[in-house]
Order: sequence, then C-alpha cells, then structure tokens
Amino acid sequence: MSSHLAGRTPTSDRPALVLRGLDKHFGDVAAVNGVDLDVRQGEFITLLGPSGSGKTTTLRMIAGFTVQTAGTIEIDGNDVSRIPPHKRDVGMVFQNYALFPHMTSGENIAFPLQMRKLPKAEIKRRVDDALRLVKLDAYASRYPRQMSGGQQQRIALARAVVFEPALLLMDEPLGALDKKLREALQLEIMHISRQLGATVIYVTHDQEEALVMSDRIAIFHDGKIEQLGSGEDLYERPVSLFVADFIGESNILHGRFEASSGGGWVNGDPWRWRVSEAAGSRAGLGNGAPAALVVRPERLRIIPRTGDVPTGVNTIDATVTDVLYLGSTRKFELTLPDGRAAGVRQQLGRDDADWHPADEVRLAWDVDAGVLVAGKGI
Amino acid sequence: MTDSFRRWNRILLVAFGVLTIVFLIGPSLVIVPMGFSSAKILSFPPPGLSLQWYEKMVTSPSWTAGFINSFMVAVLTAIVASILGTLAALGLARGRFPGRSIANAVILSPLVVPVVVIAIGMFSLYVRWKITGSVVGLVVAHTTLAVPFVVISVSASLRTMDRNLEMAAANLGASPVRTFRHITLPLIMPGVFAGALFAFLSSWDEVVVAIFLTTTKFRTLPTVMWEQVRQVIDPTVAAVATVLLVVTTVVLMLALVVRRQAPVR
Repeated sequence: MSSHLAGRTPTSDRPALVLRGLDKHFGDVAAVNGVDLDVRQGEFITLLGPSGSGKTTTLRMIAGFTVQTAGTIEIDGNDVSRIPPHKRDVGMVFQNYALFPHMTSGENIAFPLQMRKLPKAEIKRRVDDALRLVKLDAYASRYPRQMSGGQQQRIALARAVVFEPALLLMDEPLGALDKKLREALQLEIMHISRQLGATVIYVTHDQEEALVMSDRIAIFHDGKIEQLGSGEDLYERPVSLFVADFIGESNILHGRFEASSGGGWVNGDPWRWRVSEAAGSRAGLGNGAPAALVVRPERLRIIPRTGDVPTGVNTIDATVTDVLYLGSTRKFELTLPDGRAAGVRQQLGRDDADWHPADEVRLAWDVDAGVLVAGKGI
Repeated sequence: MTDSFRRWNRILLVAFGVLTIVFLIGPSLVIVPMGFSSAKILSFPPPGLSLQWYEKMVTSPSWTAGFINSFMVAVLTAIVASILGTLAALGLARGRFPGRSIANAVILSPLVVPVVVIAIGMFSLYVRWKITGSVVGLVVAHTTLAVPFVVISVSASLRTMDRNLEMAAANLGASPVRTFRHITLPLIMPGVFAGALFAFLSSWDEVVVAIFLTTTKFRTLPTVMWEQVRQVIDPTVAAVATVLLVVTTVVLMLALVVRRQAPVR
C-alpha cells in the first residue's frame, strides 16, 4: 500500500521475542511464575486466560512498564531485561486507546517519530501513510474526543506501528468496543499486521477473538503458560482439564485411568470408556491415576438405550433435560447418572432422531474423539 | 403533595443561599460605598459622594509604593510557588519513597499552622539573617504559605489524568523528561495555572506575615492599610480595599474559568 509502511522483511530466523523463566512477584503473590516463550518473526501470538492469570503482567514486562522479579526478555536478539520502556522499540495499543487528548490524531501519530528526531518531511510522509493504512486519511486534524471508539483505536494502532517497532503489543485493544465493531476490527488488525509483517503479542480474555486472530495461542493459568499451540491444538488436544474447560464447551467424564496395551481405559464406575492409543500416550498417566475424558459436544451422539452399541464407541446413559434451538445447530442439555450436566450439539438437517426432555437416552462417541487429561481426583 | 414539598424545598434553598451570601459577602461590600464618601472619616452610610479618596490613593506615595510592592511580591510568589508546588505534587503523586505521607503533611502544614506562629518564627530568623524588609525575604515567606494551594490544585489535575498516557509516551520513545514536557505538563497546565492564581491571591492580601517582615522602607498594601486604619480613620483605606477586592475578584473569576476549561479528556 505504501512505500514506508510496506512492512518488515524478516531479516533472519532469529526469534522476534524470547522469554526465559520470567517471574513477577507482588509481595508474596506470584503474578507470573516461570514463563518461557519463543515467538517467530511475523507471528501473531495471543496470550489468553482468565483475569488474574498473568497475561497482562507478562505483556507489561515485555513493554518495560513492570520490572520482572527474575528471568530475561530478548527482543530481536537483544536482551532488554534492564532497558527502560522508551528504549525498547516496542509499539503498544492500550485498551482505553491512551491517545494524547491535547493532540490531533495526526500529532499523535507523529509523536513517536518526533521522539526519534526524524526529518519533518519524513514525518509528514509517514503519518500520511499510517493514516491511509487505517483508512482515516481525512481525520488527521481531529482530536481524539471528536472521534468514535473504533476510530480512536485505529489511530492508536497507526501510532503504534508508524515507527516500525520490532514488536507490536496489544492489551485487550477491542475490549471497550461493541461486538460488531470488535469483529470488524479483528479482521482489520489481522490484515494490517500481516501487511506489515509485524510480530504481534495480543492479550485478550475472549477465546473467540484468540481463535480467529492468532497463529498460536498461549493459555495462561496461575501465572504460567498451561498450553501453547494453534487454536486447533488447544481445541482438539487440550493437555489439561483447565485448557479443556477454558477453550470451547466440553463434556468432562471423571474416573481412574487403567493402563492397557493400545491406549487404556477410564473407569468411571460403573462405566468404563476406551481411550485411544494416541490419547493415552499423549496424556502419559500412570495406572490408577485420576483421569478425565474430554469429549466436545459436537462429537457426541444420542442413541436409544435399547439398541446395539456399535464397536469402537464409548457410551454412557443420560437423561435429556432441555432442547435448545440455536439456528444452524440444536443443542441438547442432558444429565449424567452422577448428576453432572452434559451437552450435545447437532447440525440441523442431519437425520438424527428427535429427542425431548425427560427422554432416557444413551450418549455415544467414537473412541478417537475422547481426549485424556489428568483428573482432579475423586 | 410532592409538588408543594418541592416548592418549599426550593424556597428554603434560595433563602439559605441568600443568607449565606449576605453574611459572607455583605461585610466586604459595605466597604465599597465608604470609599466614595464625602465624609472626612470612615463612616457608613456615607453622607455624600466624592472621588477625593481615590485621588488621594493614587497620589500618595505610600499607597502607590504599597501597590507596586504587593503586586511584585505576589507575582514573584505565584511564579516560584507554582514551580515548586508542581514539582512537589508530582513527587507526592508519582514517587514511591519512605516518608511520603510525612512529606505531604509537612508541605501542606502552612494551611493548618496558625499564621502568626509562622510569622513569629520567620521574623526571629530573618532578624538574625538581616533580611527583614527585603523583597526576597517576603517572597520566600509567602511562597511557603502559597505552595500548598499549588500542590492541592496540581494534585487534583494529576489524579484525573490517565496514567496510561505517560506509559504510552514512554512506549513511543519519550524519555521521562520529554514525557513530562510534552504530555504531563500540557495536561496538568490548567491545574498549575489555577494554583498560580491562588498563590498570587494568598500573597496579594496576606497581612500577618507581612506586618512582621516588612519595614517602613518596604511595605505591602495590606500592611499600609493596617497602619492607616490604626492611625487615621481616613476613607482612603476603603478606596484601597475596594481596589483590592476588585483585583481579587477578577483573579478568582479567572481561576474559575481555567478550572472549567480544565477537563481535556
């Protein structure tokens, strides 16, 4: 689109960001507890987790606003652990935009360039390019208060990329916007960051946003990265009960692991479910360990209690409690024999039998559809 | 029922407001007609009207010198106090150091310590240092008294300012000094300016400390008035007081206007 913001050509295979053993303690409380992360050039990484999981603290340490208790931060091969924020060459977009209210949007975008003492003509050219990039060319002389939230956030984005930082940090940038605008801006941020070849570290607690935007997602839990992987990795192959529960909807069946050749079993007395070989080896549980079998709602089928059970299928009895019509899908809420709730999602138009509340049914799923994770103990 | 209740409420509110204004401002306003009096001594109500006391005010050297001295001291006080007060407010708001609350209490203490105590303390020091009756001496003393006004006003501005803006500035490559110069200072400027105006006023009509620290060679307007009232009960004092009142009111209005324009975000 423009000559100056044409983007960074990945200069080497050197990682854009490396975190090693990053700790942050506030008094006795460990907000971040041993975070390791390697981010490739041009990668879009999302730090996802509930509030208080340490994702924002991690981001603030990368920006230099918070000094880590232990560990190192490398940006583009340079150790910046002890470098103050204004010398880190990192752009940041804040949730509340943080535009300077006494400057026009053009002056806001020019600010980082002025701080770098670029020539006036160069600054003007780059500001114009940046405004064009976020499609707000006509708004250079508007003050932030004269613009909508979405426009302000686009100016903030332009300001954060105009000096071509090594890293672009975003702290829940869309949190203050309504759903429709959020979805439009998600796509816009993705396109712009791709166009610039920017390496992005994005913090959010919205899993849908994370799944849509990211190359990889780091799930934060209790100050640690619980799992790092693509959205598909996290959804199809969660490594823990927390991740399984946090990402998407899941049905979780508790029991004890029984090792055997070719996978094993989860024994949730009186039920016993087969575990596939792949799932068994991934979880690496010992014989008799508390285990949980995770099955996504769209992987479950409802069958009559009386019929034959096909081979390669696990089952459990259930009672239908609710049937929800959700447009393209239908959702069944059920109760398991132990009183826990279960959910089944069906594409509409599929030739499934119709079930009604209070129907006594059986849930079935392919052995391959179950993911084994360590349980909480019974 | 609610309607009549509301009407009574309104009447009471207006009555209370009027009464407050009469008690607060009435005594000050009584002085105004006395300055235009034709009588030879301070009296109310004035028997007739005349501008002779205003004439005397602008021609008498002790009054004009008092005006000039007071104005000079007040302006210098406002400048010095707003610089020191702004820096103090920044340190108190942003700094994390042991004894911060003690520092805060000490800086604001001139507001609660009786002025006469401060005046006597300063007088005994100034006598030893031989700086009674000097401009610098009085400016230093008035600055001490004025700094709390600036600190309070600037602190309020700092509290309403979004800290993220300073972080954003640092993130965009601004050193702490440049962040202050380009972001923080412009945003708290209304608070600094309002503080400076209050500092000006606090010095402009300060009388207790000035009585102790001025000499016959160097007097401020309030001390000249004080002396005049004790010696000759001459309506010139009323004329001067009226001028004093006008200046104060104008500055106060200015401060209010600045405050109103303050919310930038």
